[in-house]
Amino acid sequence: MDEPRIVIVGAGPAGVRAAEVLVAAGLRPVVVDENQRAGGQVYRQPPAGFVRSKKQLYGFESAKADALHRTFNKLRSYINYLPETLVWNCDGRQLDLLGRGQHQSLPYSHLMLCTGAIDRVLPFPGWLLPGVYTLGAAQVALKAQGCVIGSRIVLAGSGPLLYLLAYQYAKAGADIAAVLDTSSFSSKLQATFDLLKQPLAFAKGLYFLAWLRCHGVKVVEGVEKIAVKGEQKVETISWHKDGREQTLECDAVASGFGLRSETQLADLAGCAFEFSQLNQQWLPQRDQAGRSSVEGVYLAGDGGGIAGADAAELAGRRAALALLEDLGQTIDAGESRRLDRALQRIQGFRRGLERAFPTPVEWARECADEEIICRCEEITAGELRHAVDHAGTVEMNRLKALTRVGMGRCQGRVCSAAAAEILACSTGKSLAEIGRLRGQPPIKPMPVAAGAAASLIRETS
Amino acid sequence: MTLFTRIAETQREPVSFSLDGRSATALAGDTVLTAVLTQADSLRLSEFSGKPRAGFCLIGACQDCWMRTEDGQPLRACSTEIQAGMRLLTAVSGARNG
Amino acid sequence: MSERLTADVAIIGGGLMGCSAALALRRMNLSVVLLEQGWCGAQASGINYGGVRRQGRAAVQLPLSQRAYAIWQRLPQLVGSDCEYTVSGHLKLARSEIEMASLEDYRAQADGFGLQLEILGRAALRQRFPWLGEKVAGGSLCPGDGHANPRLVAAAFALAAKNHGADLREGTTVESAVFDGEKFTVRAAGGLEVNAKFLLNCAGAWGARFAGQFGEHVPEYPIFPNMWVTEPMPKLVEPNVGIVGGGFYVRQVERGNFVLGGGRGTGQLAIASTRPASASMFASMRMACEFIPALQNALVIRSWTGVEGALPDHQPVLGPSATTPGLFHAFGFSGAGFQLAPAVGEVLADLVAHGATATPIEAFSIGRFSAIS
Repeated sequence: MDEPRIVIVGAGPAGVRAAEVLVAAGLRPVVVDENQRAGGQVYRQPPAGFVRSKKQLYGFESAKADALHRTFNKLRSYINYLPETLVWNCDGRQLDLLGRGQHQSLPYSHLMLCTGAIDRVLPFPGWLLPGVYTLGAAQVALKAQGCVIGSRIVLAGSGPLLYLLAYQYAKAGADIAAVLDTSSFSSKLQATFDLLKQPLAFAKGLYFLAWLRCHGVKVVEGVEKIAVKGEQKVETISWHKDGREQTLECDAVASGFGLRSETQLADLAGCAFEFSQLNQQWLPQRDQAGRSSVEGVYLAGDGGGIAGADAAELAGRRAALALLEDLGQTIDAGESRRLDRALQRIQGFRRGLERAFPTPVEWARECADEEIICRCEEITAGELRHAVDHAGTVEMNRLKALTRVGMGRCQGRVCSAAAAEILACSTGKSLAEIGRLRGQPPIKPMPVAAGAAASLIRETS
Repeated sequence: MTLFTRIAETQREPVSFSLDGRSATALAGDTVLTAVLTQADSLRLSEFSGKPRAGFCLIGACQDCWMRTEDGQPLRACSTEIQAGMRLLTAVSGARNG
Repeated sequence: MSERLTADVAIIGGGLMGCSAALALRRMNLSVVLLEQGWCGAQASGINYGGVRRQGRAAVQLPLSQRAYAIWQRLPQLVGSDCEYTVSGHLKLARSEIEMASLEDYRAQADGFGLQLEILGRAALRQRFPWLGEKVAGGSLCPGDGHANPRLVAAAFALAAKNHGADLREGTTVESAVFDGEKFTVRAAGGLEVNAKFLLNCAGAWGARFAGQFGEHVPEYPIFPNMWVTEPMPKLVEPNVGIVGGGFYVRQVERGNFVLGGGRGTGQLAIASTRPASASMFASMRMACEFIPALQNALVIRSWTGVEGALPDHQPVLGPSATTPGLFHAFGFSGAGFQLAPAVGEVLADLVAHGATATPIEAFSIGRFSAIS
């Protein structure tokens, strides 16, 4: 067989562990990553020269973060590492890369997609104001830049990240004016059985909650109708709880409702997709090991379905074993089974998280017509509903063609979850029935100048 | 008028740059986004409403933080490191008809 | 689950040709059933560049193009929306004296068709359009030409046809079409059967396949035009811009994005499989920077392609079948059908209702390929 050309996209927990397994088997994969340093988002490393310890940066996860970073450093001489490089297209077993202004194409025989996730965003009044960020953004500001997003911060949304972030921020000395959780105490109570499948993770969650209460951080569950106001930036946030409206002054708001997988490359690689009820998102089909529907293309980590950093490390290893098996190498079957079982346990916990922190079901119905859904193109909920009522739109790409939602710089990353909720609500169809936005290259904006230069180079070479 | 507050890593080399024609100082290792938002309230103006924007996801996904240098070149603020001598503009939008 | 429909006219294909024909036929009170395999306007009609121009067309197309021009001027009355149609002018650039000469030749050829072409030399051109790069030798401006948003136009014609009572069936793939001497029977997946006195083959890149079912062999092949778009930018370029020889075109929409085309992507006729090709995109980007230097600072945010049907002489098949009475074809517009579409619909309606049309279409006869079969 020809020498395999293996490319791993993403140097987070999944990509690093996949690379580790492949290198141990004698292979030399290419590892492409957009960031300056490996670690992904959860274990994101600040620039060289920053002084905080790993304990300060990663808290309870410092040992895992440290182990991951050390592993990657050891791997560097055995892989072809391309940092600060964007994979913007995948076609015909070839990737198009843009790194530091230079284009190159990279053929592959085997592709491991470890593309991670971003926050799931549900708009509220004022969400476009300076001072409003995702929960993930607030974390990155602290971890990678030693900053907090404001001097009096409110966190609003749902999901375990809400509490983790509140804890990290308060511990670092930020003023958290309130944590507003749209999910209720009873939904968390009902999820306890599933959450106990990962007792350590569950304990940490309880610990964060207890710590916040002990330190006087205001935590409100079961909130509705979040709204942010301000002239040029965030000035106040209001919410409803048990029918009463409350308002707080603040200068920053971090918000998110769980995570959403980044699947554009899987789409361009030709992977078949299916709707995942658990993730409330269309995801690339994968078998238990991480094989996609396309031969030679594998998925690992949050990019194939949200399961967290621990699962990402396990899934990276598991998918790499599948890749080795597909190359005809003998693999440790016992190790495969161990990884499969560990991943299954985490899936059970994940179901618990969904029950504990459900997406607010009334969001689409309560979203006002004037609310902007697509922040790139400033398309409102009303415009989306108009396309349904007047043009009979029942499908996401059609909605995009008629209203421009998802046509801006982010190509639907931020808005498609909310747009899908609005379309589903307006048509009475389920999220599974209304389709999904198709990925188009480049998957992120790229400078025309770089393309022009690449053309010049091709012609003169 | 700032958005972000520094709470750690403050002992770093200063980096001089220009923000809307005025000289400004950031710290080595700051992203352009951090450099600007530790001394200003926005990164750019929306091309449709003219209202200010200050980024959103900080991980290079949302594409909300694209700014322009004085000579017109685009850069994504959250994923570009501040360099000495950069000349950045915030009060631009690419808005139609100016 | 079978369904049987009867209508005056059955139409295969819900792109612009089919939908404008459906609308025109309904305005004549003829009943119409239209069958479209995907969404109306999802292929060539919806993914093309959006140029609405007469300049540059071969003389044989100009009468049809002029008829279409008149209809474009009343688009809002016809389909209820302006679809971002702008009379921006069409500027065709020349990069050399030889290309300038070809522009002069064309102006002579097109004389009498009312295009009012204005030829500008280098200095005049750059004074009038200061955003132009240095490599242009001159250009030809057609002030009445312009551009529109193809996604909106296709959808608007489909909706207008529907609102006028055409029975539009999307997601309906036609499997066979036959003529029994009196009527056409069109069968679609899912058990749908349509019986009609007349049949219109507006199946775009699939047009030759249906022509073949009536013993007519047409050497149609698919092309996949590459298109890419920038982020919104300050308004700079007014006209729709092209170059002598084709292969590059750019327009700036009202929201500020530049839409550019040039070169071909790859694909197979199966709808799911069309792709822009990066090499041709890079070449197009280089030309973009040469012609409009301000684009050097732009960001590309999206690219796309789709399927268009093309024929070796770059002229469509438009007109009656050579084998079967009551069958009319309109396909193979070779990447230049968008502007023509409103008139093609009227021509097809003329042919159905009167057996003839005032617009000269002999050059598009399917008979010109009969030597091949």
